[in-house]
Amino acid sequence: MKKRIAISPPVAAVILAVVLFLLSGLLPNGFGSNPDVAIPQALTIIRIAVFLGIIAAGQTLVIVSGGEGIDLSIGAIVTLTAIITYSIVSGKNENVLPALLVVLIVGAAVGFLNGVGIAFLKISPLVMTLGMSGVVSGLILVITQGNVSGSVAPIMTQLIARPVFLGIPGAIVIWIIFGLLMWLLLERTTFGKNLFAIGTNRITSRLSGVNVTRMVLGTYALAGLLAGLGGFLVVGNTGVVHIRIGDPFLFPSIAAVAVGGTLLSGGKGSYWGTMAGALVLTLITSLLTTMQMPESVRRMVLGATLLIMISIYGRQRGFRQ
Amino acid sequence: MKRLNWQNFTYRNPYLFALLLLVIAIVVNFVLQPNLFERSTLNNNMRVFLPLIFLSAGEAIVILAGGIDISIGAIVSVVNALLATQIGLKGDPGQAVLWMGIALIVGMVAGAINGFFVAYLRLQPIITTYATSFLYAGVALFILPNPGGGVPSEFTAFYRETTPLGMPLAFFLIFFILLAWYATRQTRYGRYLFAVGGKVDAAYETGVPVSAVQFSTYVISGLLAAFGGIAITLLTGSGNAGIGDALTLQAITAVVIGGTILSGGRGGIAGAIIGAIILGLIRNIISFANVESWWQTFVNAAIIVLALAMPGIISLIRRKRA
Repeated sequence: MKKRIAISPPVAAVILAVVLFLLSGLLPNGFGSNPDVAIPQALTIIRIAVFLGIIAAGQTLVIVSGGEGIDLSIGAIVTLTAIITYSIVSGKNENVLPALLVVLIVGAAVGFLNGVGIAFLKISPLVMTLGMSGVVSGLILVITQGNVSGSVAPIMTQLIARPVFLGIPGAIVIWIIFGLLMWLLLERTTFGKNLFAIGTNRITSRLSGVNVTRMVLGTYALAGLLAGLGGFLVVGNTGVVHIRIGDPFLFPSIAAVAVGGTLLSGGKGSYWGTMAGALVLTLITSLLTTMQMPESVRRMVLGATLLIMISIYGRQRGFRQ
Repeated sequence: MKRLNWQNFTYRNPYLFALLLLVIAIVVNFVLQPNLFERSTLNNNMRVFLPLIFLSAGEAIVILAGGIDISIGAIVSVVNALLATQIGLKGDPGQAVLWMGIALIVGMVAGAINGFFVAYLRLQPIITTYATSFLYAGVALFILPNPGGGVPSEFTAFYRETTPLGMPLAFFLIFFILLAWYATRQTRYGRYLFAVGGKVDAAYETGVPVSAVQFSTYVISGLLAAFGGIAITLLTGSGNAGIGDALTLQAITAVVIGGTILSGGRGGIAGAIIGAIILGLIRNIISFANVESWWQTFVNAAIIVLALAMPGIISLIRRKRA
């Protein structure tokens, strides 16, 4: 009877992030051990991680809901909503709220269509959302015809990219509040309880009175809505938009969920884990960039790190157990 | 009663819907492009479809056994980078054959790495092969940082113009793949594939070597991806470390259109090949139908989603009527 030390994956991921950050001080071109340099560096990395973190929130919900749940349309939704935000806002502060409302509705609508295909037409989530991603990308080309005009409003840059409180950028404050809301949603509401229930076993959940179809529709719609929010924030941060702006978020959003210890088969996981996963991934990426590694080495290191991390705690149970 | 029969029928013939779709696609394509069945056009089309056909066949085996492999596109890129740099524009045939052999081994090794992590370390396939796809894409970029290199034009001509018995080379290759597949299905291994994909715990309890079967599917998929990589290199004649990126998701779509279900245990290679051909034909149709260029991506994706939704819509209607 050997006792195993159990560290929960989110904690492990955070520890990993901190260790990596401290170690990076030793590397040439690393982040430095001088606190005056290191703290702003750390804040910058967290700020970059916010966008992946919020986009991965929808992915977390969809993956927790089980039934091979996954959302490959998130990247395309981020691009679409970023472009919509950009053209509606057109540099005017008073257009920001209407734009936010529109992108949330658009994101939710796309997500809802995913849900319809999955719940009613029994298309597997991977393929349905993959197809939807193609449709949305096509739609983006049709709408923009290759050029987007507009701009973000000063208030967006102010709130998202600049420090708002004790030198902490607004994006980080938004993320902390967002994280609390996600925790409430998952742990303190009926929706959350049902979500874990359908993720564990859809048949028993249905028999105990959960409306599985409605849950699936709601989950995918919510995932779309959160991707829409992500698109809004991304464009608010960068201030410019292009027709592939969301693509780099798609697979990292899944990786962040997996690194955060959420089971890809559903029914188990947390948003804290995803936040930690987003931090780790962003940290590794920016470390490799700062060290001026060529693109090829960066990809290899990222792939190897991911493999090592999921080998540590992403293993499924063996057959003999 | 009638509904039960229908369900039985579609269950026993997972290719049925794909075949129907294939016929529709061919008819529409024929209307728009009346010379579709002429030798040169047929050969033109098939040599373009061939890389995806290889990839879809490999992906189908992995999915059939309950896994998924999203690193095949990256394996194609590695093979392409390898051939483009090692054979070079002035390479001789002997060297080329040697490097193609090495490329096949590289594909199998890449597949074996996937298989090791998924089958023996029991990691989740989608995230594992996502991680390895980064690894392989990195390797491809390392070998060939900027697009360039290639294979001699005689080789591409050989791939493009070879038509034994007046039929496209691809037909013979597809025939061999199918023959190998039907032979495999008769063996114990073939039944293991379906057992592992269908109910993995039950398979384990009845003594099926689950891990070995899962491992083997990734090796096969890696090998077929390498074949796909060779085909696409001979088709384009040039090197580009990003050439395989778009192929992974297309292959998965082809497999699903071909009637293989993503949770495993049902389907096969023939459907996946049909699926790959359908995807190619759809693209043909769009370009011949004079769809305005900005609309092409959208129309293509919409047709694919509709094709994926069709079986679901049919069964919904039937359930309403019953």
